[in-house]
Amino acid sequence: MHNLNPEDFSCPLPIMEYETIQLAHGSGGRLSAELVSRLFLPRFGNETLNRLEDQAVVDFSQGRLALTTDSFVVDPLFFPGGDIGDLAINGTVNDVCMSGATPLYLAAAFIIEEGLPLSILHRVLLSMENAVKGAGVQIVTGDTKVVNRGCCDKLFITTTGVGRVPEGVNISAAKLEAGDKVILSGTIADHGMAILTSREGLSFASRVQSDTAPLNGLVAEMLRVSPLIHAMRDPTRGGLATTLNEFAASSRVGIMLEEAAVPVRPEVRGACEVLGIDPMYVANEGKLVAVVPAQVADKIVAAMRSHPLGREAVIIGEVVADKQGLVVMRTTLGAQRIVDMPVGEQLPRIC
Amino acid sequence: MKFVDEYRDPALAGQLLAEIRQTVTRPWVIMEICGGHTHAIMKNGLDQLLPAQLELVHGPGCPVCVTPVETIDRAVAIAARPEVIFTSFGDMLRVPGSASSLFMAKSTGADVRMVYSPLEAVALARQHPEREVVFFAVGFETTAPGNGMALLQAKREGLTNFSLLASHVLVPPAIRALLSSPTNRVQGYLAPGHVCTVMGWQEYESLAEEFRVPIVPTGFEPVDILAGLLMALRQLEAGRYVVENQYGRSVSREGNRAAQRVMAEVFTVRDRAWRGIGVLPASGLVIRDDLAGYDAERKFAVESIRVRESELCQSGSVLQGLIKPDGCPAFGRECTPEHPLGATMVSGEGACAAYYRYHRTSHA
Repeated sequence: MHNLNPEDFSCPLPIMEYETIQLAHGSGGRLSAELVSRLFLPRFGNETLNRLEDQAVVDFSQGRLALTTDSFVVDPLFFPGGDIGDLAINGTVNDVCMSGATPLYLAAAFIIEEGLPLSILHRVLLSMENAVKGAGVQIVTGDTKVVNRGCCDKLFITTTGVGRVPEGVNISAAKLEAGDKVILSGTIADHGMAILTSREGLSFASRVQSDTAPLNGLVAEMLRVSPLIHAMRDPTRGGLATTLNEFAASSRVGIMLEEAAVPVRPEVRGACEVLGIDPMYVANEGKLVAVVPAQVADKIVAAMRSHPLGREAVIIGEVVADKQGLVVMRTTLGAQRIVDMPVGEQLPRIC
Repeated sequence: MKFVDEYRDPALAGQLLAEIRQTVTRPWVIMEICGGHTHAIMKNGLDQLLPAQLELVHGPGCPVCVTPVETIDRAVAIAARPEVIFTSFGDMLRVPGSASSLFMAKSTGADVRMVYSPLEAVALARQHPEREVVFFAVGFETTAPGNGMALLQAKREGLTNFSLLASHVLVPPAIRALLSSPTNRVQGYLAPGHVCTVMGWQEYESLAEEFRVPIVPTGFEPVDILAGLLMALRQLEAGRYVVENQYGRSVSREGNRAAQRVMAEVFTVRDRAWRGIGVLPASGLVIRDDLAGYDAERKFAVESIRVRESELCQSGSVLQGLIKPDGCPAFGRECTPEHPLGATMVSGEGACAAYYRYHRTSHA
């Protein structure tokens, strides 16, 4: 099963007398067992998962546990820079590590639509395998269900992750203090625009790539130089604007941003301009925003820049005592404007 | 980004602001007609940087805002028909009609799809000969040629299952109506740059002369807007009243002749109701009789539309420049983007949404 080109994969194995997912693949019978043993275990197999119990029993030292779960229902399944598979791993790894925790174990549940080509499922699993290795975690238990055609959109994946929170680390959206610096790990809006432009076939934006990536290594690097991070989050759906608004509301403080400091790739900015969409509200999958005390900010930025996923890390603003609950941006012209929470999806405009 | 960044240059903007401050000797009221201008002004905070003597008021130039409730209700009713695939640009989907919006219709089973171009809707008609594909053709002179082209394309291909629900409006009749109003306070206009790209500026010349107002077709970046304001101010201070073009990189006096020909081939001018304002003479475009087969309004008879508007909403006064959005008692209270009473709060280009989004300080 090596040297496969996922683009032209067709599975030669017996279960795979079928080229597409059948309802029987989710029946719990022989086809289900074969699906697991032939398609899932070769990708994710480890001592715990291989026992195929109904639960995973894993070693865990004393201390605090970080636990998260997330469902992935992305359309299209494959997009420039990633797919639903690496998203399902990286997204959950990132949610665990934004608490400062080291992600250890994942559970993965698959809801598969009858008729999905097995080659598509296989491509997604290969991608998950790579993402699991990249993040240094293990899938230790899981579930597959097959639903009637039309009852879900091709493939939904739910991943649950657990990690261990190191001693002395206490990160929360409610811990912002006036004077803290706001750090962003890199350019915003890459993932959301990659999805949008590939979904809608907007060929002018073909260079826009998703930034999906596991951030646990970057977080470890940040914590290595200072455990004093106050708040941290990966600004996924709703974008940077939503995350900062949540911080400001939880901590009852204001946040003052510098418009000129927020990095946006030219091709992403171009696509946003054409569609009338504000990159501040567009999803990211491989970026984090951290709020840290001023005295350690430069040190943390320097540490982030030494990591491949934080090379463009930059201070974009600071926490202020007034303007409680508001995120305000100083425009490049020197005026101020509110950066509000979005209302629902952003919609491309008429003209 | 070339052709954008140079029009966002803080140093250039600073110079223009200094010139504006030097030029102003007394109070003036200038209206930006276009919702795109309103948002650029609010997003960049230009209103905070301008001298207090220069008052900007916002005009009716948001196509989403001025689309009558009756038309939204008609769109929702047509979209609900089982044979119909109803297509629209994104920002019309959330606009409330009397009881529903296209988004709400979608959630209850209507086949409503967002497209980026009317030609996508034509392609859908080609792919689904068994369905009726309707495109919601909304907008000013800016979008009318593209929508007209889509209709002509469908005709050329012999598609009989494609139609436009046309709701186009024209800018000059709106300026005339506002200037003719006894309550008018506006002394100068920034004309909508993109509309002028299509129509040119010659149709504004008689308005400038008759009503003694400077009219300046203006682009949408901060430097454009400041330059446009400076041009209008210089005229006002000197007592000159002509059309002067700020948006030279896109706009010519005659405009885009090919686009105008498409508009004339597909549409004809009629009186038209503007949401919040009322009926303005010769201010709308409807599909010509010889193309009636492509007119969704005639193809799908919708009976018994009972229009209901909020009694609290003062969007009409906002659209006429009579009050600022935060001058409406419902602003930020009963009326928010989550629960909009009028289209000016829900539309991406609406003045109320711009105020709420960027300058809500007094209500936060």
